[in-house]
Parts: sequence; structure tokens; C-alpha cells
Amino acid sequence: MPAVQETVERVRRIDVDQYRYGFETLIESDKAPKGLSEDTVRFISAKKNEPAWMLEWRLEAFRRWLTMTEPSWARVHYPKIDYQDLYYYSAPKPKKTVNSLDEIDPDILKTYEKLGIPLREVEVLEGVVRPEGERRIAVDAVFDSVSVATTFQKELKAAGVIFMPISEAIREHPELVKKYLGTVVPTTDNYFATLNSAVFSDGSFVYVPPGVRCPMELSTYFRINERNTGQFERTLIIADKGSYVSYLEGCTAPQRDENQLHAAVVELVTHDDAEIKYSTVQNWYPGNSEGKGGIYNFVTKRGDCRGRNSKISWTQVETGSAITWKYPSCILRGDNSSGEFYSIAISNGYQQVDSGTKMIHLGKNTSSRIISKGIAAGKSQNTYRGLVSAHRKATGARNYTACDSLLIGDQCGAHTVPYVEAKNSSATFEHEATTSKISEDVLFYCVQRGLSQEEAVGLVVNGFVKDVLQQLPMEFAVEAQKLISISLEGSVG
Amino acid sequence: MNVVAKTETGRALGDAFALVSDRLPGGGKIADQRRQAFEAYERAGLPHRRIEDWKYTDLRALMREVLPLAPAPDVAALNRAAAVVKKQAIDGVRRLVLVDGAFAPDLSDLGNLDKGLSIRPLREVLDAGDGTLSAQAFASDNSNPMIALNGAMATDGVVIEIADGTVLTKPLHIVHVASSAAPAAMFTRSLLRLGRDTGATLVESYFAAEGTKAYQAHDGLIVAIGDNARLDHIRLVEDGSDAFNISSATITLGAHAHFNTFAMTTGAHLSRYQLTVTCAGEGSKVETNGVNLINGKQHADTTLFMDHAVPHCDSREIFRAVVDDRAHSVFQGRIIVRPDAQKTDAKMMTRALLLSDEAEADNKPELEIFADDVTCGHGATTGALDESLLFYMRARGLPEKEAQALLIQAFVGEAIETIVSDALREVAIAAARRWLEARA
Repeated sequence: MPAVQETVERVRRIDVDQYRYGFETLIESDKAPKGLSEDTVRFISAKKNEPAWMLEWRLEAFRRWLTMTEPSWARVHYPKIDYQDLYYYSAPKPKKTVNSLDEIDPDILKTYEKLGIPLREVEVLEGVVRPEGERRIAVDAVFDSVSVATTFQKELKAAGVIFMPISEAIREHPELVKKYLGTVVPTTDNYFATLNSAVFSDGSFVYVPPGVRCPMELSTYFRINERNTGQFERTLIIADKGSYVSYLEGCTAPQRDENQLHAAVVELVTHDDAEIKYSTVQNWYPGNSEGKGGIYNFVTKRGDCRGRNSKISWTQVETGSAITWKYPSCILRGDNSSGEFYSIAISNGYQQVDSGTKMIHLGKNTSSRIISKGIAAGKSQNTYRGLVSAHRKATGARNYTACDSLLIGDQCGAHTVPYVEAKNSSATFEHEATTSKISEDVLFYCVQRGLSQEEAVGLVVNGFVKDVLQQLPMEFAVEAQKLISISLEGSVG
Repeated sequence: MNVVAKTETGRALGDAFALVSDRLPGGGKIADQRRQAFEAYERAGLPHRRIEDWKYTDLRALMREVLPLAPAPDVAALNRAAAVVKKQAIDGVRRLVLVDGAFAPDLSDLGNLDKGLSIRPLREVLDAGDGTLSAQAFASDNSNPMIALNGAMATDGVVIEIADGTVLTKPLHIVHVASSAAPAAMFTRSLLRLGRDTGATLVESYFAAEGTKAYQAHDGLIVAIGDNARLDHIRLVEDGSDAFNISSATITLGAHAHFNTFAMTTGAHLSRYQLTVTCAGEGSKVETNGVNLINGKQHADTTLFMDHAVPHCDSREIFRAVVDDRAHSVFQGRIIVRPDAQKTDAKMMTRALLLSDEAEADNKPELEIFADDVTCGHGATTGALDESLLFYMRARGLPEKEAQALLIQAFVGEAIETIVSDALREVAIAAARRWLEARA
């Protein structure tokens, strides 16, 4: 068939190396000496002007980390990481004190512009009249290890919402940080979380006061720029009684031959009747077509539904990273609380994904819902690993899980590893998983009606992930849809 | 590598192995293999919850130690065993009895063997130095510590060979009886080889003679099913309430072979059944089904590994657990589809019914798929009896327990119904009914 031939040629031209965000920004940066020791931890803490309690907290985590061993249970394979061969802190060199966006290094601004991140509150500054009802997004941009800009601070302040880099929050709102930091993901939690606790340099901090519905979407954009750096960001979001916040997160990195480490920790806390909606579009550099380079994404994300009727919803679109090791979880502690997990994980080339969720039912009448769509193409391995558990006192716990995997090509693998643990007779758990490939009939039908092979695959895949895409905020959904078609380019033929 | 500090019992077992090694059949090469297997076991020790496959069944906490090897049964033990074998007899089967890990020819039925059927005790085969058969009996790899231990210590078992083209008229029934007066462990390993175009039914039962307490049954079964052959397999664990049963079965299927198996656990304080099925020939078909009916403080673990190594094979797994009181049921089922195994059709369904607030059911159905042109799926549910159904039946005058029993019967029925032989299905239904009646 000539159409197929054409596809093959086109694929050959594009190859897998069409990562759009692979450029590097040349700016001077301020780095901690290579390697990891107590001195590195002290250096980072000092750079951030942290109070003594914070340093102590970090050091405790560091000492703990020294006694731990790297986990090996996930279905991912990578050469041993030399933790002494990494920079743990890298910040764009400050030219002078930054008072407004205009004083931020124009190169960095340009980077974010290229990435399509609206850092400048341009319209607001120029008094452009916005159409009624259009949503605005406040952005916190993290460049390597530090937050470079946070927009819409004033407007958020008026609503009482605190949205700032966590390094600032440690100085300005120590009581809040002290109260919540490490209460959802303790410093002793796991190897990567402990490492993060010791060396995290920045991240976002959000506090939504009681009864407040955050007036706009909050967003953080993470960018790893420097060579040989690890990015360790820490995000802490607290939704107080009856509040609501929607938070978006995006990530990219330059194309490099060596692997870079990203070990983040995200902690969410919801009190009575509060809700957090957390969406991620993860597009770290996945490595080239031979599997060289790419980001190791070892992330611990956990939400704690502390209050009654509280809710946490995770939505993730995972297209990047050489290795993804990530299990956004919900601890359903409050009675009637609920957790949701919607995920699209796409792997191509030599990517390895081991991702899923944990729903831990502790309170009465808690409910959770898991919709996971895995798409494996190329020579990638895509694993869903998820836990649903109901404890003795979690009467009336309810879970519904659906995991579907789609295989494109015969070199890839799709795996499902669910753990379903019930210690309560009134718990009702349902789990189903299917694995299949795109039906030849459907493809034939589309191609016959004039679609190219790739368009047809795009159409089917978008239909396959529709349930999850619908959960994303609109702006992200559009981006995610494009990302999915880019990620799968080169997988057919 | 896990280096485990040797506990008192660990040392005792090491000494015990040295002591009993001359009691174990098979010299030369077999003795070497036994020693390797025992070393493999010693390196790992009793499996614990930090080993992924043993996450829910921590033998270090639950079993603590491996008991000393049971002595060969004396006359009194054989008499006790004879009494219980008679009581539990199934009509129309060829009975092969193992008492305390030793083949008991007097209790077994070795007369009038079908043409093409050969049955010998493992001890005899090993002592005779039959190289091929011995090699097959010890072919299992030692990565699973409990299989390794079984290989190291196996005292006896039955070796059954069915020649090409033979279809057995009578089901074979391997009976494992514990009859030792003192707490002890027995290690058995049996081998079943079905040639091309053969057909057979194998029943395995585990129970104890009157007065036998706190024993450990360690059993291994190795089955090779030839091309176009069919094996129906039924396994009933009715061990005593303080017994341990750690068993493994390794099944390999040839082309267009068919394996239908049903396992039911109602007995034993702790049981673990590790079933590995490999489709090694194209066009083979596997149905594995199981039921756990447990109460009190029982712990029953079924770990299934379904390996699709070649294209065009089908497998179906249905598993049901009914868990009462403080019992704990575990089901781990892994389906793996190897890179070349295109056109695989595999489905697994596991459901657990919790009858009490202190019962626990853990399900871990896994899919591991490396081929794209496949249809694979699994499902898992956990829940209690449907209140509205109970209400409906009670409103029509059924007592609560009876209404529950009816619903439980329907729940496990789906798995039991897969037994092809009418007579054997009745045996399984009777065992389930006994459990339900004891509950009422």
C-alpha cells in the first residue's frame, strides 16, 4: 500500500527525535559543588536563607537517606545512579535583585515564551479588556532549582490565597510550613522522597483559606536546564475547610545524552469539605530513538483527605521521561472523602513507565475511582501498578478501577499489577483491566475514508484516552491532545 | 543477595538435612541436586513479606519453622491412615496413597493397570537410577525457596507415565495422608507424564488421620502434557485445622493440549498453592479454577503463574474466595504473554466474598504482556453478600444462615461447575457443602 510506504518514509524523516522542547538556554548559573554530603545540604539551606529548624529537618532526612537502599521492585531497569556525580543546586545567576518581571533574565523569559508559558501578565499590564468568563492562570516558574517568577501575586493575595515559591513560604509563613511539611510524605517515606527532603531547593506552596474558591487556576512550570543537575522540587498544597483549588503542573528539559534525575515530592492536604484538583502534563525529555539520555522521573505524590467530605483528584498525562516511577496516591482519612485518579501514560522509543496510584481507605463511606489508560509503542515498557486497600474501620469503602492498555507494535510491553486488599466486609471493590491493540478493522475503515494511517491512529488513541482528557482543564486538554499525537509519531508503520 | 542470619531453627534444619540425607532416595547426581537445592533454600531462608511474591503470606511470621522430617509410617500409623482413607474414599478411582511422605502400596490400587499406564513410587525410580525420569523430577528451578526445599527433602511420591495414545478409563487419585503421632513435616514430589494423544483425570486430596496434629505437608507435582493430550485435574485440600500445606505444581503443555484444573481449599491452618502453567505448544488450552472456603484463623494463598510462551493459546482463570471470621484469603495470579505469543487469548476473574468484618481478602491479578496481537483481561471484585438478595429470601421464610448458604453456593458454583466429570464435581460440591454445614 503506497500510504504505508509514505508513512514509513515520513517516520524515518521525523524519527523519534522530534522532542520540541529540547533546546538549551545558555545562562550563567550558580551551582553547588558536585556531589552530596552534609555540606551540600547546608549549602542549599544557606542559599535559601532558611531558618535553623529547616536545616535540622533536612539534615535529619539526609542522615536517614544514607541508611536507605534504592528500591528495586518497580519494573524499570537503569544503570546505577552515581549520586555523587550530580549537582544538587543550580540557580540562574542573579544579575541584581528582582523587583518585577522586567528584571528577570530575558533569556529565561524567552525560554518560557518558547515553551508557551504565559509568564508575563501582558494583557493585564496593557489593560486589554478580557472577554467575560475567560479563565486566567497564575504561574510559578521553576528553572533548575529555583522559582524564577510567580505571576498574579496581588490578585491572589486579595482573595487570601498564598501562592509562592516554597523557599519564600519557609521564611514568610513558617507556622504553616512547619505544620504541614512532611506530614503527608514523611521524610522517612522512601529513598527518593528522603533524598528530596534533604536537598529540595524550591517548588510551590499554596494555601487556600477556609471557604475560598481560588479565583484562578494555579500552575507551576518546571524546567531542567543545567547539565548534570538533579531537580528536586517540593510542592505543598493545603486546602482549608470548604475551599477549592485547581493546580496544574508542566515539565520539560533540554535534550542531552546523559540521564538527569528528577525526584520531586508533592504533598496535598484537604480539610473538611475542601477539594484539590491536581493536573500534570509531564513531558520531560524521553531520550533519543536509541534510548540514550532522558530524565529519570522518580516522584512521590500523595494527597491526604484529612477532613470529612474532602476530595482530591489527580489527573496526569505522562508522555515524557526515560523512566517514570510515580504513584500519586490518596489517603482517604476523613469520613465520606473521595479520591480520583485519571491517567494517560504514553511510552514510545525505549521509555519505561511504572506508574499508578494508591487509594488507601481509612474513613467511613470513602470512595475512589481509578481510570488508567496506558499506551505502549516502539520498544517501551508500560506498567500500571496500583493499590486499593480498605482498613478494618473503613466501612462502606467503594472503589472502581478500570485499566486499559493499548499496544502499538510488537516490540513493546504493557503490564498491569493491581493490589486489591480488603479488610472490611462492607468494602466493595471492582477492578477490571484489558489489553489489546488497535483493531485492524477500525484502522482500515478510517484509511478507506481518506485518513492517513497516522491520523487514524491518532483518532483511535484520542478516543481511547477521552475519559481522562475530559478531566483536564481546557488549556491543558488541548496541549495534551497535541502531545499525545506527537508522542506517538513514528510508532506506526 | 539476601544474607540471613541463621536462626536456631535454621541451624536445626541444616543439621536435620545432613542427618536425613542418607534416608533420602537417589544417590550420585540426585544427591548433588538435592544439596544444591538445599543450599538455594538456605540462602533465601523461609520467604517473608519483603519478597514480592510472598507479600501476603509471610512464612517467617506464620509458619516460623520447618518441622523435622516425619519418620517412615509404622503399622499403627498405617492403620490410622487406612481408616481415614476408607472414610474419604471416592468411588471409581484408582487410589495411590502417600502416608507421611511414603508411598503405601497396601493402601493403593495398583492392580489391572490400563495398557500404556505405568505407576511407580518415586523412591523406587530414584534408587533405580532412571536418569531421564530423575532429571525431570528435579528439573524445577531453585529460585522459589519452598520448591527448592521440597526438591531437597522429597522422600517419596508417585511417578506416573501414560504412553502415547492411551486414554485412562479410571481417574487417578493421589491421596496425601498425615498420620504421624508427633508434629512432623512430610515432603513428597510426584511426576505425571502424558504422552501424545492421551487423556487422564488426576485427583489429589490432602487430609489427616484421626489424632494427627500440627503437621506440615510440602508437596510438589510436575506434569508434562504431550501434544493433543488432555488432563483434568482436581485438587482438594482438607487438611487438619492446625496443619500447614505448602504445595507447588508445575505444568507444561504441548501443542493442542488441554489442561483443566480445579483446586479447592477448605482445610489447613495455612496453605499456599503455587501453580505454574506453561503453554509450550501452539494451540493449547488451559482452564484453571479455584475456590477457597475458609474461616476461623485460616490463611489460604493461591499463587498462579500462567505463562503463554507460544502463539495461539487460550487460558481462562476463575477464582472465588469465601472468607469468614478472621480468615485471610490471598489470590495472586500473573498472566505473562511472551514476545512471540501472538493471538493469545487470556482472561482472569477473581472474586472475594467477605462474610465477617475481620476477614481479609487480598487479590493481585497481574498482566504482563509483550506481544501486541492479543486479547487479555482480568477482573477483581471484593464485597459482602448482597443485602437485598438476603432480604428477599428471608422475606420468603428462609432462615438467615440458609439464605447465606444459598448465595455462597451460587457464588462458588461458577468455579465448581467447570469440573467436567459429573462424579468428581459431586465430590467437590459435597466438600463445599460440608463447609457450609459446619458453618451453620
